[in-house]
Amino acid sequence: MSTGTTKLDVVVSDVVPVNELVTRFHFRRRDGELLPTFSGGAHVVVEMRDGGRTRLNPYSLMGSPLDTREYTISVRRDDAGRGGSLFMHRSVKPGLEMVISYPVNLFSLDLRAKKHLMLAGGIGITPFMAQTAQLAAEGGNFELHYTCRTATLGTYADVLRERYDRRVRLYHDDRDERIELDRLLSSQPLGTHLYVCGPSGMIDWVRDHAASLGWPAETVHFEHFAAPQPGAPFDVTLALSGKTIRVGEQQSLLEAIEAAGVDPPYLCRGGVCGQCETNVISHDGKFIHNDHWLSEEEHRSCGKIMPCVSRFEGRSLVLER
Amino acid sequence: MGITFRKETFRNDFTFKNSPEHIRRFPFPFHEDSYMYAVNIEPHVVGPKGSVLENLIDVDEHYVAEMQDRALVLAEDPLRCQSLPHMTLAGWDLLELLMEQQALGYPEHFTLTRDGDRWRWINRPLGIDDTFTFGDVSTLPYGPMEYITRQSQGDFCILDQRDGNLWMDAGMVTTQADWSLDFDIGMNFFEWHAPVPLAHEKGIFTRALKFLTNIQQGKPARRLNWTMTINPRLDTSPENYHKWGPDRTTVTPENVGEKVHLRVELQSFWRLPRSNGIVFPIRCYLIKMDELVTQPKWARRLHRVIRDLPEELANYKGLTRYRPTLVEWLSKLDDGSPTSPGFGPD
Repeated sequence: MSTGTTKLDVVVSDVVPVNELVTRFHFRRRDGELLPTFSGGAHVVVEMRDGGRTRLNPYSLMGSPLDTREYTISVRRDDAGRGGSLFMHRSVKPGLEMVISYPVNLFSLDLRAKKHLMLAGGIGITPFMAQTAQLAAEGGNFELHYTCRTATLGTYADVLRERYDRRVRLYHDDRDERIELDRLLSSQPLGTHLYVCGPSGMIDWVRDHAASLGWPAETVHFEHFAAPQPGAPFDVTLALSGKTIRVGEQQSLLEAIEAAGVDPPYLCRGGVCGQCETNVISHDGKFIHNDHWLSEEEHRSCGKIMPCVSRFEGRSLVLER
Repeated sequence: MGITFRKETFRNDFTFKNSPEHIRRFPFPFHEDSYMYAVNIEPHVVGPKGSVLENLIDVDEHYVAEMQDRALVLAEDPLRCQSLPHMTLAGWDLLELLMEQQALGYPEHFTLTRDGDRWRWINRPLGIDDTFTFGDVSTLPYGPMEYITRQSQGDFCILDQRDGNLWMDAGMVTTQADWSLDFDIGMNFFEWHAPVPLAHEKGIFTRALKFLTNIQQGKPARRLNWTMTINPRLDTSPENYHKWGPDRTTVTPENVGEKVHLRVELQSFWRLPRSNGIVFPIRCYLIKMDELVTQPKWARRLHRVIRDLPEELANYKGLTRYRPTLVEWLSKLDDGSPTSPGFGPD
């Protein structure tokens, strides 16, 4: 029962700087055919051949699901990150042939909703670009609240305001504008679903408020887009394949396992889908769990790890891989 | 060279039968001489020419007759086809999938032409030639799911995916093995599987749900399921139990070969692109014992499987009353010699 996605051979058809941090990339199929249809909230995993290493980073599709001539993603440059966004910004030019995955949606709209209330923070705006396009085409009822640091860093704020006018509300940190969350969540019509995508702190803030105001958990949807964090190198023994590997400072455990020629299943590479869940056979040290998949009890019991985002510090770690 | 569609019935005079080629392509579900549940899911990829897997959506010689039988069922009971309001988009996804697959596999019978959202669909066996606007329900005579599933063999359940579960929120179900869409509509995966014995204890549904919610676009999966039916009746629904239930008392040593049918479901699972739902086609294949035992390997193996089936499973599948008669009849065709590995005939 292996899972995973089919790959698509694409060519970069355009690279458009959006502001000082964000650049948009356009992909078309190399064979000139249409790309697969997708649903708002879906992401693709982009394969980056960066010198000798392969990076696999997920990015939300932000174009309209109605137009599959091309896919577009927006990448925020992270100077302190592990290098994937820097590679995209520096090395990906129009004409470059790349491989991306089929779309996967782990942040799907609940089509039963009478109203879709969307809260975006920073680059968390990208899945909402596609979802609003999908809903607008069907006459769907949505409202988007978007917080950004400054007006110039409000990626696509202008586009969204032009498309949807008063259905989009902007908040700028540098002007001390804040979402009045209690008032917003208390004044929604019955049947509203809430969607939030942004930094972890924002997601927790929104989920906690929604829960305390009595929103049922099934009506609150969120997508973490946390990338794996760098950390101190550590050694791991893969018991099933009989290999011992070193996880580099800028490498995730999953990437190190893949670099050793072992291919665990994956979908999100962000600690939410559960595909790469791996059993721990033995350990002497401390886990740094960064995922949103395992329960707190599973984290405490040290029996499992999500190698896409989590790390380890200590003397030895043996995994069932 | 196209398919020659048979004129036949699945009710009253029961004239259904399989041609010799269709007997050989029957999806016999037992790869060994015994049967127990397993999570027997595999990738739904194209199989050998001349098998039911030659195309991912199979159309066979029973197509026209099955569609006529479906129309009769729906005329008597419109609730066999239901779609909750949020499932219309998934209905369009399914319409696209079935039109694409049928046109791809059987170009002599089906043609799909697209010009943006202006689509033309020609279905020659059923004499249909419609032009419509994709996404606009007012341009079709039925909703998109009902329109295309009146033209596609097999039952179809469309499952909405949310809250880490799957929900039976739309479907066309007229060829079912004793379950009811009208009863199950709106239920989640665990709720609609509640009556199945033994499998819950084995944790099968928890694992199956985990697998299904991770089915990816462009990577469908499939499994086989089976039961037995007396007379080649497609519509063995709880709603019509009074019509077919008593048939089980009519099996005699003289009529086993003609009356008792192995009923195999080819179930497949596909991620739908626009709605992010899952469609679950359940394609039913029937074969009467007289036809099945023309393949000696199948006769020997079926004898051993039915004879050794655990009591709970025999009850759940409704075989209890006629099992001794069937086993006795099959035993005469089992000389005890070994069977070759795999599903296919020798």
